[in-house]
Amino acid sequence: MVAGTAAPEVGTFEFAGDAEIMLEGTPLALQVTSALVPGRTLFLTIHILGFTSFAYIVARRLVPLLRAQRDLRFDRPLARLANVLKFWLGQWKHPRYKTAGILHILIFAGFILLAIRAFSVLIVGVSENFVMPSLSGSADHVYQIVTDYAATVVFICMIFAILRRLAFKPVRYTVPARYGKAHTADAIFLLSLIAVLMMADSLFEAARTANQLHLSESNELRAVLSLPWLLQVGFASLSVPTLGRLYFAAYLIHEVTFYFLLCYRPFGIQFHVETSLFTVFFAKLDRGTLKPVKWGVPDEHLEQVKSFGVKTFEDFTWKHMLDFYSCADCGRCSDNCPANSVGRPLSPRFITIKARDYAFQHYRMFGNSGYGKPLIGTIYSEDEIWSCTTCGACEEECPLLVEYIDKIVDLRRGMVDDGNVPQSLQKPLKALESRGNPYGKMEKKRAEWAKVKEFQPTCKVKILDGKNGADTLYFVDSITSYDDRMQAIARATAKILDHGGANFGILGTVEKDSGHEVRRFGEETLFIALRDHNAEAIRASGVERIVTADPHAFNALKHDYRDVPPVEHISQFIARDVRAGRIEFKPIKDGVVYTYHDPCYLGRHNQIYDDPRDVLDAIPGMKRVEMKRCRDRSFCCGGGGLMLFYESKEEMRIGVKRVQMAAEAGADVIVTACPFCMVNIEDAIKVAGLEGKMTAIDLTELVEQQIVFEVPAESEAALQGV
Amino acid sequence: MEILVCARRVPDTSENEIQLNRAGNDIERDDLVYSINEADNYAVEEALQIIARVGGSVTVVTVGTEDDEEILRREMAMGASHGVLLSDDAFYGSDGRGIATILKAFVQRGKYDMILTGVQAEDGGTQVGGMLAAMLDYPFASLVNSIEVHDSKKLKVSREIAGGNKEVSEIDLPCVLSIQTGINEPRYVGMRGIRQVASAPIPTHAASALGIDPATVGETGAKVKRVDYFVPVLGKGAEMLQGSREENIDKLIELVAAKGGLK
Repeated sequence: MVAGTAAPEVGTFEFAGDAEIMLEGTPLALQVTSALVPGRTLFLTIHILGFTSFAYIVARRLVPLLRAQRDLRFDRPLARLANVLKFWLGQWKHPRYKTAGILHILIFAGFILLAIRAFSVLIVGVSENFVMPSLSGSADHVYQIVTDYAATVVFICMIFAILRRLAFKPVRYTVPARYGKAHTADAIFLLSLIAVLMMADSLFEAARTANQLHLSESNELRAVLSLPWLLQVGFASLSVPTLGRLYFAAYLIHEVTFYFLLCYRPFGIQFHVETSLFTVFFAKLDRGTLKPVKWGVPDEHLEQVKSFGVKTFEDFTWKHMLDFYSCADCGRCSDNCPANSVGRPLSPRFITIKARDYAFQHYRMFGNSGYGKPLIGTIYSEDEIWSCTTCGACEEECPLLVEYIDKIVDLRRGMVDDGNVPQSLQKPLKALESRGNPYGKMEKKRAEWAKVKEFQPTCKVKILDGKNGADTLYFVDSITSYDDRMQAIARATAKILDHGGANFGILGTVEKDSGHEVRRFGEETLFIALRDHNAEAIRASGVERIVTADPHAFNALKHDYRDVPPVEHISQFIARDVRAGRIEFKPIKDGVVYTYHDPCYLGRHNQIYDDPRDVLDAIPGMKRVEMKRCRDRSFCCGGGGLMLFYESKEEMRIGVKRVQMAAEAGADVIVTACPFCMVNIEDAIKVAGLEGKMTAIDLTELVEQQIVFEVPAESEAALQGV
Repeated sequence: MEILVCARRVPDTSENEIQLNRAGNDIERDDLVYSINEADNYAVEEALQIIARVGGSVTVVTVGTEDDEEILRREMAMGASHGVLLSDDAFYGSDGRGIATILKAFVQRGKYDMILTGVQAEDGGTQVGGMLAAMLDYPFASLVNSIEVHDSKKLKVSREIAGGNKEVSEIDLPCVLSIQTGINEPRYVGMRGIRQVASAPIPTHAASALGIDPATVGETGAKVKRVDYFVPVLGKGAEMLQGSREENIDKLIELVAAKGGLK
């Protein structure tokens, strides 16, 4: 249509047309800028068509968002703005992948710089003397130089990015057969269009400058060695009419490409150019938290909510749909996903891509769209959704702050609501309901770990049942209370608290599971029952603070519970004592090499990376190495809580991969600070055939082993200065 | 298809440490948690899947006390349309025949095309289904692990027989089937589902309403009486294989083969 109306205009174009019009003293015939005049109607038509098409497409893309669930994302605007400055303008996450990151930063910076120039160029087509109000004189001159280079850099980046896609083919871009066809062709097409845009822009500027030099009107040159400069040098011998035609063609190519890209991007991976600013602004602000079942519905009114979780596409919140649009298909999430790396049927990238494809197919550009069919069994499989350990590696990596855990949990809520729960998880959930722990063990045995013969005389553990009071509560949680192996962590924790002079106690038989994984496995109602029970018991105990050695309990108490005293992980407690000089360690003499494994719910979700390391480094003789994947790139052990009951299809255990990383780092001992990590890592050491070569120990166990509990008598005598 | 599932509430073996009482004739029942007998849960799931295919409704019935309402509610949360409690002091202490007598009286008051029971009760035998069928003069198939509805008069059912072979039979309706675990994957029922049916009425029928002569049921009517209950002495502990990994593997294969686990 556009081409049709344009043809006669182009055909009748006579460059040396109206010589009577004068421009700043130079005959119009000699000014290439006037070359655009005959195309005005055409350009204006393209402007109007391009812009209205884009507006229409965006409006259609907004249709599902308007049908979506509520999501309260307008709070704390300053924090959101800070996110925009850091993650959008500052491109904070990008350098985590060096090559792609630097390329993207250059392209992004180029786009930002070229934005004004691109719009000015577009306007010049219909108003040839247009200059951006703030850009005249020397400011304009500087801006021209900067943007000449920007266009050049973006152009080179595009060539490089295309070559990268064709020749180097980074593994994370590949599309496994079960997820459909490769996205390479589309990516290259889009990259090429941007290259064309840059070339057209440069041509346009070069033709104008070459003409000005011709007329000796200006000695202004394009920025040296930039693309427009090279072109302009090449154009030096061209006649004015030829330059005029070039100028006209460059403008037309620029305009058409610009609007084509604008209208094409909402159909693929480059929609993030438009949406990323909003995605980042509305990004989740609080780590470690989960979205409520329905935003704006308090727990007390949940009974009235007809359906829980995400069952159809429209059950997602508008922000989550915006995430789907914004995904740039960079594959960083899946590249870091432990489930994906061991061949579980989950790839976070395709959680997004499949939802986006669904949205595009279901919400078309024309016609009405009905509400969709269930997502589970169509675009997602049950195993896919249960495979996630909620480790948060994907979210940590995403340059656009796309959320995954909340979506996975919402999909699980939907499955739980439909009774669609794997048999292996039904038993522990039922036991949690009736016994308050996933193992179905008797409540009265919850505090038995403290009654062990060798331990009881050395450390008094109070039960806070109303008769005993304390200011610190040690929240033990299920696995550490009941599992024979993990009970050692409970005893070590108690001794450390005792040594640190804490007046502490436990809830004993009254304590129930923190419910951390119950909630993350989508059983919100059961979680609320467990939470309310524990919160009431904690408040009744009158304690002023809570300490736990289980990062999952820590995260639950910190983020999922309300109106309970502040909570601390034992590593924070120990680190404080170490810094205050209240702990004396015996030196380690065995010469073994230690490495610290960051538990996801201590590290990534709660940013506690240094406290455990500081404690380890305070032990004299400690030889510690870091694994390649550590701190915020730590690799999940395989998942805690109910994940221990779930049998996923996988090629190998996640934990085995992790202990292999430790072996690669040259470690003999893996120190962790989470009972679930301990289960997975100890199992993995056996499965990996590293038994006898490698061991695992909890931070509390190591500290208890190395701590000097009493000052020996001789040194006391020495201190008294005999 | 109107389906009746006979269910029973039993101590959950996975969540209790079963111990004998002092008298030695029963287990210690303080501190126990109960749940629906597992096989009965599979029977309810199967009934729900059948009506999802061919239409109809599912009623779950149990003989017991008010405490047993909890399993009826759980099954109603799963999707059963009705829960019915058959409760009377006279029922207390019934043997298998007594339970079958009570159920028979209830079945005859309604019109059911199919009656399902679990293959066995975790705290008892496998007797009720067969006896109920005989009392009703209905055909009976036990250990059923798949059901296909042919038409309104016939079903095709199958069971696994010794050696892992499958036997398929046609059975006329109305009939009684005892359902094997593993026939399906029962859906999950959470607290939320149970709360949603918390106020659903559960009709209760006593002996008189069912026209049952109290002398034929309960302790007085029981002809089988439990006289002892004990935990068998544990046999020799696990055998630990000692040797290199290869030797252990060879030995293990030998042992498993000797016990018929490998062919």
